Amino acid sequence: MKKSGFRIILNGLLSENPIFVLVLGMCPTLATTNSAVNGMSMGLATLFVLFGSNVAVSVLKNIIPDKVRIPAYVVVIATFVSVAEMLIHAYFPVIYDSLGIFIPLIVVNCIVLGRAEAFAAKNTVFSSALDGIGMGLGFTFALTLLGVVRELLGTGKVFGQIIFPDNYGALIFVLAPGAFIALGYLIAIMNKVRSSKSL
Amino acid sequence: MAYILIFISAVFVNNIVLSQFLGICPFLGVSRKINTALGMSGAVAFVMTIATIFTYIIQKSVLEPFHIQFLQTITFILIIAALVQLVEILLKKISPALYQALGVYLPLITTNCAILGVALLVVKKDFNLVESVVFAISTAVGFGLALILFAGIREQLSMVKLPKGMEGIPTALITAGLLAMAFMGFSGIVR
Repeated sequence: MKKSGFRIILNGLLSENPIFVLVLGMCPTLATTNSAVNGMSMGLATLFVLFGSNVAVSVLKNIIPDKVRIPAYVVVIATFVSVAEMLIHAYFPVIYDSLGIFIPLIVVNCIVLGRAEAFAAKNTVFSSALDGIGMGLGFTFALTLLGVVRELLGTGKVFGQIIFPDNYGALIFVLAPGAFIALGYLIAIMNKVRSSKSL
Repeated sequence: MAYILIFISAVFVNNIVLSQFLGICPFLGVSRKINTALGMSGAVAFVMTIATIFTYIIQKSVLEPFHIQFLQTITFILIIAALVQLVEILLKKISPALYQALGVYLPLITTNCAILGVALLVVKKDFNLVESVVFAISTAVGFGLALILFAGIREQLSMVKLPKGMEGIPTALITAGLLAMAFMGFSGIVR
């Protein structure tokens, strides 16, 4: 199934958006979107891992024996996650503290292993790289959007910029229940948009 | 009686699913029927406890003494993946019925963030081995509790007519949000 490069990226962004359509990778989505900055950082970290692991798996796909392919992919992904973790710890210590254990948990993010298995193992290096970028961008878009919604409704700020004073905000949105509810409504809205536009 | 506090905290106050956001994928995926929810909880409880013991021992006896903590992610996930394979083989021999019922969800326990999450958390919280085991078992109980409660609600919801866009995941998420809100009522029990 040959797709042009642009189509592959658009695929990850919209029609097969990992959060809104495939509903994968829920844990970091709900946990790290209590502010727009956190959501975006998590998305970008995952994009880095997705890109790296998709390329690596695609390069190695003919060398890895079929029986051990899943553990092999997991080791590849874990390597990139460890690299990302060390880079974030060194250059962005504030982000490192706010994302906490969810950075190493990128290794069990179903999106990363899922794309390695479903796409990178069967396509060229170039297409896999683009798919990694597309999925990563889709993930980052979804996380940033959810982060913006939660931060705005919860504290009246977006990326730290005050939009309205926070005593008008509903604190619940930056807490656990708000994450579930905000994401639920966002997916419902996306479903409606998709069914009426038939993307 | 620190163990009781760990138990209450892990099951109610900081419930792994409803407050720490770990284990959401199986939570949303396996919770349509109470039977599968029970089976999944049992499997997760077993894997979680054993995984925590193994990763803890490796952390304290290999990673820390040799100062190779940066290999933590890779070692932990490999240990968990191996354990899940083992559980799969054992389950096939001991209870083929349960093996069939769990289907594709069993290998998915490997990517269950709750298992790796708990392994990482006990290192972060600086527990000793016994406290880690208590924490792992309590977390699994909390996971099972959330899962079974949720499955019960979803079984009821499946008989109701919903607006088109809200069917499936959105309603599940909003229900989970309300459940999380209810559990917030437990905060403050453990100082």
